[in-house]
Amino acid sequence: MLDDFMNRAALAGLGVAVASAPLGCFVVWRRMAYFGEATAHAAMLGVALSLALEQSIFLGPLFIALIMAWTVTQLSGRVYASDTLLGVFAHSALAVGLVVVSFVTGVRIDLMAYLFGDILAVSTDDLKIIWSGIAIIGALILWRWRPLLLSTMNEEIAYASGYNPRREQLILTVSLAITVAVSIKVVGILLIASMLIIPAAAARNLARTPESMVGITLFVSSLAVFIGLQASYFLDTPTAPSIVCVATFIFVVFNIIGTLLQNN
Amino acid sequence: MTLIRVEDLSVQYGKITVLRDVSLSIEAGEILTVVGPNGSGKTSLLRAIIGSVTPAKGTIIFKPGIKVGYVPQRLNIERTLPMTVKRFLSLTHRLDERTCIDALERAGVSRVLESQMSGLSGGQFQRVLLAKALLGEPEVLILDEATQGLDQPGSAKFYQQIERVRSETGCAVLMISHDLHVVMSASDHVICLNGHICCSGPPASVVSAPEYQDLFGTGSYGTFALYGHRHDHTHDEHTPEVGENHKC
Repeated sequence: MLDDFMNRAALAGLGVAVASAPLGCFVVWRRMAYFGEATAHAAMLGVALSLALEQSIFLGPLFIALIMAWTVTQLSGRVYASDTLLGVFAHSALAVGLVVVSFVTGVRIDLMAYLFGDILAVSTDDLKIIWSGIAIIGALILWRWRPLLLSTMNEEIAYASGYNPRREQLILTVSLAITVAVSIKVVGILLIASMLIIPAAAARNLARTPESMVGITLFVSSLAVFIGLQASYFLDTPTAPSIVCVATFIFVVFNIIGTLLQNN
Repeated sequence: MTLIRVEDLSVQYGKITVLRDVSLSIEAGEILTVVGPNGSGKTSLLRAIIGSVTPAKGTIIFKPGIKVGYVPQRLNIERTLPMTVKRFLSLTHRLDERTCIDALERAGVSRVLESQMSGLSGGQFQRVLLAKALLGEPEVLILDEATQGLDQPGSAKFYQQIERVRSETGCAVLMISHDLHVVMSASDHVICLNGHICCSGPPASVVSAPEYQDLFGTGSYGTFALYGHRHDHTHDEHTPEVGENHKC
């Protein structure tokens, strides 16, 4: 089954859907959309490092995403607001990354593959890494689900219930870094944030509890992956953008349904 | 029995000291109210007690195994986070529906179990937060300006509910507020805070203390005096014991 590139692509896409559904919900709830996007952009520097040092393409982005997220969390609120810091880090990392890549000699590098993903070229080894990352994210989120929700609603309530919201924030940050690292190959640096935000935003109108929102988000992103893959195959369109287009279409449809439901 | 004892607590943010050498204790079953102007360190005191702020100095000692219920200032609920009242109540405790309904009734709100948190009115919302705090069967209930955003009759009703909860469950209450007179009538013990403890004691003696009058009373500090003054007039006829101590 894994011999067929379409099957591997579907499994990789499904992996991104599984990882980004719960995280995307938290990104939407905690207004971390820009944080997610900045982490993804900074991963370009990680890609460059991986290529320069001839390491796995997952390690560099994971490393950079972690460092950036940690630095921003530590520094924000002192002199600059966190969105300013994110802007500085994300864009300078993206720029430095692109410059570093140009120095890497030898293999001619297809930048487009990293910026927009290359889901059809996912190998069996890639799949193993992607799904290991997802297993870690899944375990982290399931383990910390209640404290994560509590800290999202109100930090003081979380403290009073004996949880430390800062530690929960760290868990989200780590999960986000892993998501970015395993998604680069599938949707590319520029479109990772869209898989975090659009399906979760689509789910919002139809959900009544946090859990149902994660469920609907997972449904939306999986559907987008499968339809997007098929569409790209038959229409010969770029795959990752096709997936995002389908997700956006579902977002619009769900919003119309949500509005109709509310009016009744 | 002392439930929480705070000794020589100081809280600093960077180089700014917001609380200096504050000592107090909360006894079982009493309603202790902390009043003070904006920036007096009221919220920092509560945050230090629940552990979200690390004190620069001093200790906070809890009765071993104490259960604390916390009611925050009106939360800005993310409209993007879908949450029914039922799900919110069961966030910290696994609960059946009956327990949820009981807690909501004790907090004075009913028929909201399936409502979205973002669709509640201000008064309903605070009562749901109260119900959530009550679910842990706390020995002490901590309220941080819990009536912010409620109008005067709404706050008065809310504090009556707190008194009712105290007499039903016997839990102690620590609250901060700037609804001075509404709170005064419901408290056993009042602490007037302005970076340090200015004065403390039963409501009547605090209201007549010169330190309190400096802060809220008779016109030595511009805006605070205005603030205190306005509230005096609103509540003179409802709370004569407070009015008597004020010369307005």
